[in-house]
Amino acid sequence: MAWEPRIIVIACQWCTYQGADLAGSLRYSYPPTIHIVRVPCSGRVEPEFIAEAFRRGADGIFIGGCHFGDCHYKEGNYKAIRRFKLFKRLATDLGVDPERIQLEWISGSEGKRFSEAMTEFDAKIRELGPNPFKGGA
Amino acid sequence: MSKPKLAFYLAGGCGGCDMSIVDLSEALVDVATVLDIAFWAPTVADAKYKDLEAMPSGSIDVGLFSGNVRNSEHEHIAKVLRDKCKVLIAFGICAACGGIKGLVNLHTTEQLLETAYIDTFSTDNPDKVLPQVSYVENGKYELTLPALMDSKKLDEVVPVDFYVGGCPPHHTHVAKAVNAILTGQLPPAGSWITMGKAVCEVCDKNPVLQGKPKTFAKTVKRIYEGNPDPNTCLLEQGYLCLGPVTQGDCGSKCPSVDIPCRGCGGPIPGVKDFGLRAVSAIASMLDNEDLVDQIPDPVHLFYRYTLPSSFLGKRLKR
Repeated sequence: MAWEPRIIVIACQWCTYQGADLAGSLRYSYPPTIHIVRVPCSGRVEPEFIAEAFRRGADGIFIGGCHFGDCHYKEGNYKAIRRFKLFKRLATDLGVDPERIQLEWISGSEGKRFSEAMTEFDAKIRELGPNPFKGGA
Repeated sequence: MSKPKLAFYLAGGCGGCDMSIVDLSEALVDVATVLDIAFWAPTVADAKYKDLEAMPSGSIDVGLFSGNVRNSEHEHIAKVLRDKCKVLIAFGICAACGGIKGLVNLHTTEQLLETAYIDTFSTDNPDKVLPQVSYVENGKYELTLPALMDSKKLDEVVPVDFYVGGCPPHHTHVAKAVNAILTGQLPPAGSWITMGKAVCEVCDKNPVLQGKPKTFAKTVKRIYEGNPDPNTCLLEQGYLCLGPVTQGDCGSKCPSVDIPCRGCGGPIPGVKDFGLRAVSAIASMLDNEDLVDQIPDPVHLFYRYTLPSSFLGKRLKR
């Protein structure tokens, strides 16, 4: 069977998850390779979650949070970007392709943006190939 | 009842863990009278591998393994000790998480040998001779060396019952651990012998313990930049201290003399990957995301003692 990517989307319940919901209501399509995990806030996302997703065979990990100033908990997304940037530097030094992880702000009203972002990320992961921890490049 | 038998082995270590046991000083005299040292190589007792190998399985009560597993000899003795010891303890951060010497996993063995034996400026090795696993001298004397391999923590080779962190473990912590072993007051198998609190919880610079609010770090400083204020949290001053995620059994010795914690105590309970949790803790202490770019060399900072225990570190681009 041909390889199909498995993409984990960790979505904040206040914005990106609502955006995904809206994308569905508006009939915007996005690839079936994405698997959404709902979290209370992008600030809840520990770097360990990303490593664990890689360990279990995810090919790409996308984290969606609220735009700056929109965080339901005021500063969760600011924490998220600091952690994400630092994790990305560390992971790159350890030989993980930084293109496999992405952080983006998608609000609850941006259903179209959600579908576009998923399509783009899916295309990028298809280009990169399977998860290196599963024997990919 | 006969005295409990103890074995101590120094694998890929520096002997610091042996020293921390010697640092028990008077307490060691008391311990020595209630313990029978069956094997302690190479530092204290004069026992040979063949003596250890000849002992019956399960005949030693407690085995302490210090240092990481770095070559075939370490691996062999780790397996022998696992067979002979009822309880095997990964003693010190090297055995538990790979230790500072685990950073060799950033390079291949070939790269390391090439640097050590060929490339360095002071090396005179025109024939490019590298250490060989076996060599026949004069056509009849076979000489052997253990084969180098990637740095491993002890539980990658054999099952481990307990872990003790620290580089080396502080002697007061060793005393508590030894006492726990002798009295049988041990935590569930597979856990760390620790009080379970982070360095910050025992650090007198912690603003929360002083009743002050926590503030973000406005800068990132290296240890040689400026003199830290002795009464303010090192993290708040911009010195990247890993106290928040490190076991505080050392009693916060380094931060008390203005040296940021580097995480030798091992991860606090509930943390699987020390480096990643440290990334999480440090990043959320920074004032803004631009400071992240000012952190020099994150791998050596966050995985200084724990690289072999990292999942992402298992596949390095070489």
